[in-house]
Amino acid sequence: MKNKSLVSITDFSKDEYLKILETAKEFEKKTYQDLLKGRVISTLFFEPSTRTRLSFESAINRLGGKIIGFNDSYSSSVAKGETLYDTIRVVSNYCELIVIRHPMEGSARYASEITNLPVLNAGDGANQHPSQTLLDLYSIQKTQGDLNNLNVFMVGDLKYGRTVHSLLMALSEFHASFYFISPDELRMPEEYKSHLRNKKLTFHESRELDKSIRDADIIYMTRVQKERFSDPIEYERTKNAYVLKNEMIEGTKPNMKILHPLPRINEIDVGVDQNPKAYYFQQTENGVYVRQAIISLILDL
Amino acid sequence: MKDKILEVSAIKDGTVIDHIPANSLFKVISILRLEKNEGMITFGTNLESQKLGKKAIIKLSGIFFKDKDINRIALIAPEAKLNIIKDYKVIEKRVVELPDEITGIAKCVNPMCITNHEKIATKFQVTDKKDITLRCIYCEKITDSEHIEII
Repeated sequence: MKNKSLVSITDFSKDEYLKILETAKEFEKKTYQDLLKGRVISTLFFEPSTRTRLSFESAINRLGGKIIGFNDSYSSSVAKGETLYDTIRVVSNYCELIVIRHPMEGSARYASEITNLPVLNAGDGANQHPSQTLLDLYSIQKTQGDLNNLNVFMVGDLKYGRTVHSLLMALSEFHASFYFISPDELRMPEEYKSHLRNKKLTFHESRELDKSIRDADIIYMTRVQKERFSDPIEYERTKNAYVLKNEMIEGTKPNMKILHPLPRINEIDVGVDQNPKAYYFQQTENGVYVRQAIISLILDL
Repeated sequence: MKDKILEVSAIKDGTVIDHIPANSLFKVISILRLEKNEGMITFGTNLESQKLGKKAIIKLSGIFFKDKDINRIALIAPEAKLNIIKDYKVIEKRVVELPDEITGIAKCVNPMCITNHEKIATKFQVTDKKDITLRCIYCEKITDSEHIEII
């Protein structure tokens, strides 16, 4: 993994996922380590981000590294009309690794072609957000003990949700069975279903959460956004079917956990937060260890 | 009886590109950068063709193509056939074949793709050669045959 960019979850192999998870476990045991002492990492956030940026910055700080960067392209050279190409060329002279979030899809891949430094994609529009996927995998492994042969329910916006697409790709390496629950307009795209067929993995599709939820090991919730619907009446009619409430998860397996990439708006009822099966806040804590692991492996610390 | 052999035999050594859809002729010229070529070149267009309706033909004297260069036109002239001429005779017939990767010819269909916002040569993996399907290596979105737009 040394000096390798992480742009798309499929850039890394199954063995590399496992190596990252194993390393993250070490950071969970001892998170403050001066491995990056005196070294500089850039965090270039061309669109504002709170959780992802703070998680990366916490990871870098816990490793003792220094951060340079920005969190809003309006305050940076971009506002003056500088191209991404020029920004990356310049910043490459200032640091050892570039963490980038950019609203344009493919921007992180492009950045990785411009510079010799490793590039870590922290989200390129609706395309990829691989560190989120790795922290999802870590959370699943940690709560289930094993990544293999799990029943994974993905609920909500499966059409545009980049996190579910990347997680599907990653979990397809671990013989998962999938259950896709979404409104008709937001179904899992064909290319991902055909990927599962090629891998001979099973999946079920349905419009509503029903009794099959009792088989779930993981429920991965996503937000159903109003603006995704061409018909607002259809949205009003279906939105409540995708709000998770305590009574819906009665009778589920004891090991079952609910994950969500956050931010949550209303798709998980706050009553669920106290349920021991809710795991979305611990999930964010895991994100810091996973990002420490990714950075330390790429920089070969 | 003026058949194709007669037309082809009009050049001594070179290449004849036949079965180009008539409306793609100028794109083919541009993709092959023929406007910068100093050899003797003859173009014919809106010729009758049973297969294509109207076809175009290009005769290039003293010009030969590498596979990798000629295959760049496969996207817009998939039926194109090449006759390689030596000493007035067709010594080889070739068809074009879509390469595995295409650089700088088609536009990515995704309006949010970085290639539509910065000066970058587009790059695609060809994921289906029959029903032409391109996958952008940047934004990873699919551009299918219906949406292919030549730059």
